[in-house]
Amino acid sequence: MRKGFVASMIVLGAALMSSPLTRAQTAQPAAPVALDGWGRPVISPVTGPKAAPAPRRDISGIWEPANGPGDGIQPNGPKDMPSDGKPEHDLPYTPLGLQTLKSHKALFGTAAVLQALTNDPADKCDPLGFPRADLFQLRHTQFFQNERQVAILYQFEKRWRTIWTDGRELPKEIPESRWYGYSVGKWEDDSTLVVQTIGTMGDERAWLDNTGRPVSDAMRVEERFHRVDRDHLELTVKIDDPKMYTRPWVAINKFPMKLQSPDYDVIEMMCIPSESEKYHKEYGDVASETVGK
Amino acid sequence: MKVKFLTVFALAIGVWMVSVPLFAHHGNSAFDTGKRMTMKGTVTEWFWANPHCFLKFDVKDDSGNVVHWVAETTNGPDMIERGWSKQTFKGGDEITVTVEPVKNGRPVGRVLQVVLPNGQTLGMAYLKR
Repeated sequence: MRKGFVASMIVLGAALMSSPLTRAQTAQPAAPVALDGWGRPVISPVTGPKAAPAPRRDISGIWEPANGPGDGIQPNGPKDMPSDGKPEHDLPYTPLGLQTLKSHKALFGTAAVLQALTNDPADKCDPLGFPRADLFQLRHTQFFQNERQVAILYQFEKRWRTIWTDGRELPKEIPESRWYGYSVGKWEDDSTLVVQTIGTMGDERAWLDNTGRPVSDAMRVEERFHRVDRDHLELTVKIDDPKMYTRPWVAINKFPMKLQSPDYDVIEMMCIPSESEKYHKEYGDVASETVGK
Repeated sequence: MKVKFLTVFALAIGVWMVSVPLFAHHGNSAFDTGKRMTMKGTVTEWFWANPHCFLKFDVKDDSGNVVHWVAETTNGPDMIERGWSKQTFKGGDEITVTVEPVKNGRPVGRVLQVVLPNGQTLGMAYLKR
């Protein structure tokens, strides 16, 4: 009798365990894992604190913000000089610089406005331009190089720049202003490429950062790409624009990036005007209370 | 407007940690910063797009009226980094959404967390890699 009861309990237990109801209650959804653009799990090649030495005069590879994707977004301005009201982050504006800054209605920073009131060119999907590409949405950044040039491919907007490393000098006369300027690079040492850029757009369609800091056609930008070791890169960006600022200043200082797998497929990321239009119509304008209640 | 919602303070603490700076494109001025609303609703559209995705869902208020909510996330690539995808939602999905609403009282906000029909919770923290 007792054996029969135990057997019955075993059968009942097995039946319960295998029932769809029980499975539904106990099954845990698989935790999401990071995927690349190809839908494959991300495998970081950075394996430990002791990386191999930096290869000589080589910054090629796919780099990403070492502290996570959010570190390069820099919504409130350059990481080391945000628009946050702190005195140490006040920039040395010229009168023209201050006047231009005030004409910019940014969505972020100390003078942020509502969505519907902004005149940020990027909100219309205009190019970020340079140096804003370094100072906003700095995400996966791929470098290709040969003996004559380094090409930088930015994930955001799928933009690219050419850095000439063939010994040429910057143009004496700018043939035509460019969104991403004219750039030359020289190796300061075997692990540091110093890039100078001039000839960028100096009109109202180009902002320095996400908070509307101004730029002019007189701007010169210095980037220092220092490969600390095989797996780590630091980027420093210095702004020199005498029309807008009374002295040069450093926007980001040794911004850390780490090497990604050479097999990593960078996810497409662009501002799409038609999608942006729908976004504003169905979301942004309502949030800003510009449509009828 | 009396929208039926559950305010879950314990959850809000966790959600708070991933708030404002992650929304990088369209500003913070419109939002009632720090306020949290948690609602049960039915998905009507998941707009996967650049520069921002948004989720549309219907919520019944206390009187049984349907309120059409719209809540944004960041862009698609950025959401992939957080474990979301274009296939995360389909029309008719019953979900629980936590949003930070706008100040103007419209049924608009930004998504902070979603509980899917299978019980999985998706938030705004980046996945470890």
